[in-house]
Amino acid sequence: MKFGVIVFPGSCDDVDAQLACARVADVTPLWHADHDLQGVDAVVIPGGFSYGDYLRAGAIARFAPIMTEVIDFAAAGGHVMGICNGFQVCCEAGLLPGALLTNESLRFVCRQVSLDVVNAETAFTRALEPGRQLSIPVKHTTGRYYAPDAELDRLEAAGQVVLRYAPGHNPNGSLRDIAGVINEAGNVFGLMPHPEHAVEALTGSVDGLGLFASLRDSLTGVVV
Amino acid sequence: MHARVLVRPKAGILDPQGAAAQRALSQLGFAGVSEVRIGRLIELELTDAAALPEMCERLLANPLIEDYEVLLDSTS
Repeated sequence: MKFGVIVFPGSCDDVDAQLACARVADVTPLWHADHDLQGVDAVVIPGGFSYGDYLRAGAIARFAPIMTEVIDFAAAGGHVMGICNGFQVCCEAGLLPGALLTNESLRFVCRQVSLDVVNAETAFTRALEPGRQLSIPVKHTTGRYYAPDAELDRLEAAGQVVLRYAPGHNPNGSLRDIAGVINEAGNVFGLMPHPEHAVEALTGSVDGLGLFASLRDSLTGVVV
Repeated sequence: MHARVLVRPKAGILDPQGAAAQRALSQLGFAGVSEVRIGRLIELELTDAAALPEMCERLLANPLIEDYEVLLDSTS
């Protein structure tokens, strides 16, 4: 079982993402300029400021050489988790619905938030108990989830809203408190909070581990 | 050929940057400004304008959240 973590110029959470993946599987970095996923079983697109986030967050990274392979991998059913900037990249690439806009406060927010697990039956949340609350940090300026109203209704009805900020914890003005969404096929998941920063008790929480463990279990066929 | 692309936040999408500028105008004493929306101006020098709509759709704007308008300046 091998996870790959993409490294763009401007990625800053790629090392933490690799350390988090290493708790549950083998892991290898994947260089943005390569056209090679090195046979990994799942791809993590980490946080940071890929290609400087010039123009719009994720807009340039979405056309990086490695993204051609990631888009093909996802189309073939491969599992992709986009964290923070990775979520923005997935939205820009059309792998996930919606877009991330500048925080309503216009400020960079960096804080621990509580998240409600709305759908615990996805490949990325199956190791979590339904209704469980997670404590995971956010740190971003461009995290306000947006999709048109009709699309939000559709996402909610289809169970594609996977994580919500708990009441009072929405840090950015995301519509309907949405913190994480999954695509219709259930193999691409994006979230603004950083589970890779919540895998060690020393730093306050280990609640992020469940997402990585869920993905490993999904790929190894573990029945929960 | 010179082209300008105006990229605007779509109607109905909250624009906190515009709202902040509106509040600042109000504090400066400029009355009667009921809304401020802030977008982006992209200026291009190019030889062929035919691909501009595709450039906008694929990169310069995100059509889900932004409207764009292409203005060609044929005199330059």
